[in-house]
Amino acid sequence: MAEHAIDRSRMQVTDEVAIQITSMNKWYGTFHVLRDINMTVMKGERIVVCGPSGSGKSTLIRCINRLEEHQQGRIVVDGTELTSDLKNIDIVRSEVGMVFQHFNLFPHLTILENLTLAPIWVRKVPKKEAEETAMYFLHKVKIPEQAAKFPGQLSGGQQQRVAIARSLCMKPRIMLFDEPTSALDPEMIKEVLDTMISLAEEGMTMICVTHEMGFAQAVANRVIFMDQGQIVEQNEPKEFFNNPRSDRTKLFLSQILGH
Amino acid sequence: MADTSYVRTAMLSAQKPPASEVGVVHWVRSNLLSSWGNCLLTLLSMFILYVIVSSIGPWLVRSVWNAGSLQECREIIEATWGPGKRGACFAVIAERWQQIIFGFYPKELYWRPTLTLALMLVALGPILFSWVPRQFLWVSLTFPAVAFWLLWGGSVWLPVMILVGFALGYAAFRAVSVVNSLAGAIAAALVPVLWWIYFCNPAAQAFQDILPIGLTMMTSDKFGGFLLSTVIGISGIAFSLPIGILLALGRQSDLLIVKTFCVAFIEGFRGVPLITLLFTASLLLNYFLPPGTTFDVILRVIIMVTIFSAAYMAEVIRGGLAALPRGQYEAADALGLDYWKAQRLIIMPQALKVSIPGIVGNFIGLFKDTTLVSFISLSDPMQIVSSIRANTEWNGIYWELFIFVGLLFFIFCFSMSRYSMYLENKLKTDHR
Amino acid sequence: MTVMDPPRAGFRPGMLLYDTRYRSITIQVVFMVLIVVFFFWLFENVTTNLRAAGKDFSFGFLWTRSGYDINQMLVQYSSDSTHGRALLVGLLNTLFLSFMCCILSTVIGVLAGVLRLSKNVLISRLMAIYVEAFRNVPVVLWIVLVNAIMAVSMPEPKEFRGENSSASMILFDSVAITNRGVYVPEPLFSRSLGNTDIGVFLISNDLLAIIAVVLASIWGYRRLQSKATAVQNATGIRPKTLWTGLAIIVLPLAALLVATGFHLGYPELKGFNFVGGVHARNSLVAMWLAVSIYSATYIAESVRGGILAISRGQTEAALALGLQPGLATRLVVLPQAMRVVVPPLISQYLSITKNTSLALAVGYMDLRSTLGGITMNQTGRELECMLLLMGTYLTISIIISALMNVYNSSLKLKER
Repeated sequence: MAEHAIDRSRMQVTDEVAIQITSMNKWYGTFHVLRDINMTVMKGERIVVCGPSGSGKSTLIRCINRLEEHQQGRIVVDGTELTSDLKNIDIVRSEVGMVFQHFNLFPHLTILENLTLAPIWVRKVPKKEAEETAMYFLHKVKIPEQAAKFPGQLSGGQQQRVAIARSLCMKPRIMLFDEPTSALDPEMIKEVLDTMISLAEEGMTMICVTHEMGFAQAVANRVIFMDQGQIVEQNEPKEFFNNPRSDRTKLFLSQILGH
Repeated sequence: MADTSYVRTAMLSAQKPPASEVGVVHWVRSNLLSSWGNCLLTLLSMFILYVIVSSIGPWLVRSVWNAGSLQECREIIEATWGPGKRGACFAVIAERWQQIIFGFYPKELYWRPTLTLALMLVALGPILFSWVPRQFLWVSLTFPAVAFWLLWGGSVWLPVMILVGFALGYAAFRAVSVVNSLAGAIAAALVPVLWWIYFCNPAAQAFQDILPIGLTMMTSDKFGGFLLSTVIGISGIAFSLPIGILLALGRQSDLLIVKTFCVAFIEGFRGVPLITLLFTASLLLNYFLPPGTTFDVILRVIIMVTIFSAAYMAEVIRGGLAALPRGQYEAADALGLDYWKAQRLIIMPQALKVSIPGIVGNFIGLFKDTTLVSFISLSDPMQIVSSIRANTEWNGIYWELFIFVGLLFFIFCFSMSRYSMYLENKLKTDHR
Repeated sequence: MTVMDPPRAGFRPGMLLYDTRYRSITIQVVFMVLIVVFFFWLFENVTTNLRAAGKDFSFGFLWTRSGYDINQMLVQYSSDSTHGRALLVGLLNTLFLSFMCCILSTVIGVLAGVLRLSKNVLISRLMAIYVEAFRNVPVVLWIVLVNAIMAVSMPEPKEFRGENSSASMILFDSVAITNRGVYVPEPLFSRSLGNTDIGVFLISNDLLAIIAVVLASIWGYRRLQSKATAVQNATGIRPKTLWTGLAIIVLPLAALLVATGFHLGYPELKGFNFVGGVHARNSLVAMWLAVSIYSATYIAESVRGGILAISRGQTEAALALGLQPGLATRLVVLPQAMRVVVPPLISQYLSITKNTSLALAVGYMDLRSTLGGITMNQTGRELECMLLLMGTYLTISIIISALMNVYNSSLKLKER
């Protein structure tokens, strides 16, 4: 995976609960997408969620910041329960950062404006301070020189790194990644994964929906396999890959690794 | 077996194509005479061109620009070109062009509409071009009041006091929203309305008594010609834009009642001809207002035109909204922006940009439609043309007047449509 | 499995605004209240104003004597008829004019749109000039201009008189263009089938018979084509249907026309005016030509857009499969072009219908001039007349857009 050794000194799982999901169910109309999801995420955990397409993994993490509404069960994020209360939703959304498959940068704003928009309008940070933070994170994702450009002028990998920086500018405690590398050309995947790894090294709580098994092995402390809207198996990466227990997991792993 | 290995030793240089592939002969052959049908079309179009040129050409050549009546025109033409010859009598344009453009506005006050037009160009600058300094936005914001004052005249204090209403609303919003943002929004709407209803007129009167500044009052019957068309067209489009945005958002919303209302509004007003709305403005509006309310006929027409074009505007903007990928809404949500902030900062800037060609198209249509106000006896260019034709000196003239009016409309509408095509192409290349 | 619902805390007033479950209801209730208050205010004003003017609100006037004449009508009408019947005459005039305009503008528009794409530079430039010149000038101007040309430049009927008349009829002495309108031959039936009274007005049985025969012929032609397709599907060879098809279309109609004794009644000059034939007044001709030529420019643009929208690749793919150019157009290009062209075409028909309300400019007696004009002025019932007028136009629009929706959804089905 990464050429340089991963610095695990700050990758520590604490005993503080970050996300608690209990008996959560969700339907699209009559279609039961998420079935009895129970899951606890501790602060500092790096979780990779995988599974075949249509298994509900994206829907699961989109429920965590209420881009999708769940119908039964409870989701508590960082002590705030997600209910229909708008104030709670606002609190959770400002604590949880999200990175999308298709980046979803705002094409009419420059990179710097993309980064400062939410801090200025949601966190009410003074503009100058927001810009300093933005430049700090642009340095972090290694593209400070692109600050004045528009998203359309950047490559896919650069855009995705900007999207990560945009989320970080809100100083989130939890980061959600929804297939961040699926829309990228192969040569750009590495730069995005490197950014995610360095984020993990700083102890960020992360949930990634991804098919990058190398990333899972190198960084994750837990891999969750989903199928038909349910959590089928979860384990430490080493165990998960070397010694899968469910037949569905074995089939899935043989399909994505066996070529 | 053939020898399959080959290496070129000398590179060939480019050569001229055969003579049949270049030059005028080739162009004529491939464009005009490539087949029998094509030859026929060429002959046909040459015939049409001949008919047009042979009938209009001499008529234009024999034009007269200086005469007092159609009779005099004809005499001059016959004297110059021989008996029985006909020619254009543009003398009518030379004599009446100011009336066609400014209506019955007093000649010595032509500077007022002209200045308004110049100010409008300045006001449009910061809206249309991003490189214009932001400070000019103040010109754009105050322009409606300034234009109203320049065109209609009267005391300067009335438009100033109306602007003060907006300022008060903003101040109230700033003051109250510290406590609660919803109360702030309500205060921002309530304070200016109360100001306009109860304090605006007395305050304007008081200031006028202390410091009388004003321009000669112009009543609405002085407005006419292209001045009238422009005033109606531009106010219609400017006022309909915000209403159209709200209607488009309403039509997209999940709130059933709001959505139903917006759909009914949009489809209802798109389903009736503008002329019926204009008749409503001139005949019926008084029925719907409290007894004794009267206001200016041009204002009434502007209200109706605004409502009418807002319905069309809403459809254009809806198209712009539909062109935005869902991810934009999701990203705004995930960053914690609320509905109105997301609309203002993320959605609308993009949707409006995509809609500009449609908005310009709407504007062209509206500008052409302003000719319908002649049916409720306002003096638009067509009405002035008919009054000139009814005049004894110019009775029987029509081509010249229609050419002049038509040409002005054409220049305006054609350049606008070219501008919107240019924008459309620019959008295609700009985006992603 | 145990299922826990999100906890339902006790209801607090703040939840009306900050709870997604109640927020939308709150907004809608507030909105509804505002709307109701607004309409109530309007209603209150209207009743007060009507009372002040000493008027009531009633459509009874529709059944009273109109007392005015209409110079152009498709059904029986006289000044003794009711206002309701005047409305009907106006509505039919509007529909008739719209129909005529739709046909002519489609013909001109399709022609201009196709020719604008022609490789012949001369004709395509000419068409571009036509389109740009006509669509960038208000239609009212064209209407008034055509009317003025008709009234001022065309010869008076008396100029057709005598051996060496200064004006002459065109098309084998069948059509007379005068400053009072255009006279064209009228269809006459010497063995007419009579009329049917459908309660409101009479309908010519001859016309009904012709429509029925034409529809039957079209049905027969379709049957023939589908049989040919069946044979093609079974054997691979499509039987030649050209002559049979032509016979199915032409023969029954010809037989009917002969049987009813169809002939043309030519306009003739009697005294100072033409008699016989159909007299189309200047107002109708001006409206018809001006609105058609103006709307045709929009149709030309959408036809051009439709053809351009089919990528060159589609034609090339069809040709590469070995289809003849004619077949390639019929099987590949046209079906796709129709999809792009038809919706804007129908919305153009919609705006043609609305544009016919400009008939006021030249005095053609359409719906607006009868109901929204003379009737309104005579009865003083502005409110009722305008409501009725708008309602009628709205109904026409809704019917046309419903047709468009049916067409669009039928296309969508085929896409699956």
